[in-house]
Formats: sequence, C-alpha cells, structure tokens
Amino acid sequence: MAETPFIIQEHQFQRIKSVLARLCVECAARAVFLVDRDGQPIAFHGEIGDMDTTSFSSLAAGNVAATTSMAQLIGEEVFPAVVHEGERESIYISVIGRSLLVVVFDERSTLGLVKIRTKRASHEVAGILDEVAEESASYRLNNNSFFAEITDEDIDSLFT
Amino acid sequence: MTFINYASREINCKIVYYGPGLCGKTTNLQYIYDSTAPQAKGKLISLATETDRTLFFDFMPLELGTVRGFKTRFHLYTVPGQVYYDASRKLILKGVDGVVFVADSQEERMDANIESLHNLEENLQTQGYDLSKIPYVLQLNKRDLPNVIPFEELSAELLKKGEPVFEAVAKDGTGVFDTLKAVAKQVLTELRKG
Repeated sequence: MAETPFIIQEHQFQRIKSVLARLCVECAARAVFLVDRDGQPIAFHGEIGDMDTTSFSSLAAGNVAATTSMAQLIGEEVFPAVVHEGERESIYISVIGRSLLVVVFDERSTLGLVKIRTKRASHEVAGILDEVAEESASYRLNNNSFFAEITDEDIDSLFT
Repeated sequence: MTFINYASREINCKIVYYGPGLCGKTTNLQYIYDSTAPQAKGKLISLATETDRTLFFDFMPLELGTVRGFKTRFHLYTVPGQVYYDASRKLILKGVDGVVFVADSQEERMDANIESLHNLEENLQTQGYDLSKIPYVLQLNKRDLPNVIPFEELSAELLKKGEPVFEAVAKDGTGVFDTLKAVAKQVLTELRKG
C-alpha cells in the first residue's frame, strides 16, 4: 500500500508562500523554493522567468539525497545544508525534515545573510509542514469522497 | 508519495522505471518525451556518463490532463541499471507511487533480469514498501530481437503478483504508452481506494 498522500490545503499553501516571499526579500535572493525530499516542488517565489522549476526541484532533491548518503558514509547523519557557489549565481539548500528550502541568490546578497535568514524561515516552514503531514491523514479519512468519485472513465480520459 | 495541492489544484505522482543495465528504461522515457506535445512535458533530464549510460537518474515530468479539476502530473524516473549503482537506485525509489519493471527479453539477459527484480524487492523493502502492494507493471522489452525467450516462459519467470504484462520494443514505441497507462491507472486507482 502506498503512503498517505501529502495534501496541502489552500490556507497552508498561502502561509508557505508568504514565508517564502518574506525570505526572498530578507535575504535579497533571486528566488526561493520549497521542495519535497522526493523531488516534488511544493512552492516557490521570486524571479523564476522561464526556469524549469519541476526539473530544478527534482535535481535539488537528487543532489541532497546523494550528499546525505555521502555524509552517512563518513559517519555524519546528514549535511543540514548544501551550498553551490557559482561565478554569478549561487544556491543554498537547507534540509528541513522531509523538505528542502532552496535559495537562489546572486551578487546582490551574501552566503552569510542567506544562512541567517534561512534558519528562521526553516523553523516556520517546518511547523507548517508538520501540520500538513498531520492533517493529511485525517483529511484523507474524513474527506474521501473527492477521491472516491474518480471514475474509471476519468482515468481513461487522461489517455485519449 | 502522492502530492495533492488544493491551492494549485494539482496531483503529482512519482513513477520509477527499474530493470537491469541496457534493458531500455531510458529508451522508454525518450520515446514518451519525443511523442508528447510540448505543453504536456517538461525537460528530459539525463544524468548520464560520457557513454550515455544512466549515472544517477533520468527524469521527465508529464502532464496527462485533469481529473475532477485537478491537473495530473506524473514524474517519470529511471534508475541506473548496473549492479554497482545500487546506492543511487535506493535513493530514487524514495517516495515512489508506482514501478515499471523493464525486462530484457534476450536469453542471455535472463539472469540479469532476475537479479534486478530481486534487487527491486529488496530496495523497496529498505524504503518501507512491499512490491506486492504497490502499483506495478512488467514490460518485456526488445521483443523484436531474434534470441528472445517466449512470452509465456519469460512471464512465468518474472511475474510477481499477476501484474499487467506488456510486450514492447521501446525504440520504436511499441508497448511504451500501454505500459505507462497501466501503471498510471493503478496509481490513480490506489488514490481512489484510500
């Protein structure tokens, strides 16, 4: 049996978005992403342009998965943060439980500032995600009608 | 783990193509990518070696349409097939909603198929999944080659639980979408069951 789906309600999504928006301003970032550790994008804010956010999320998760395994090989449980510094653009990834807070920044900001601001936002996001995880299971039990209403025809129609 | 976002009205699911080295997992994804309208797909990301062997994973997001007002997006991944990339395979199975096992139908690859299938079961267990309970489809690939094991014999050897089986020639697309449709349907049906 698959795991309980992760169900984000509108109000939770808006709270996450507002934390990301504030973080983006506070650390003068180009963009901020919240990504599930399995590679699913949850939310983002900032100068996205034509960036492929889905691929970006998948690669960020793969990146952290690989570095976490490397950490374990040298006796660390996890690297709580991963940094990639480029000539102009840099990426800071903070691991929050089963999610990743990813900050993309350029010369308008500094790694130190990003680290400090991200720490606070991480706590807030972690709180919201804990709530989402807790409520997903109960929501699923109490509101099964939406899912139960999915018919074979609905599913077949996706492939026609 | 299926992701459902009520704000953006999206359902996101993860499907992993598994199988021995050179069985055609990437070819499946490449065919799906090439045959899908641009607005329904993202980029096909391939983390491959210089010789085009999958090093970490291939990935493509595929939007199939809407179910009850929710955009349904499948994230398709392949794993590297070679035995020594096991650590990568474990990582990619995290959060999986459905698995396609791509078997190489050639006689000389039978042992590799069986070894890879055992490896899949073990790695799923490591991640807390049970192959007998998750959406799962078997694809018998490379049916166009001369030295293939007959369908009945190969199915009998590799079937795990009465899962749907498809004969395929991934390089020309035969059976590719039938396989994808079967696993996607199981994933959505699982969602309906609760």
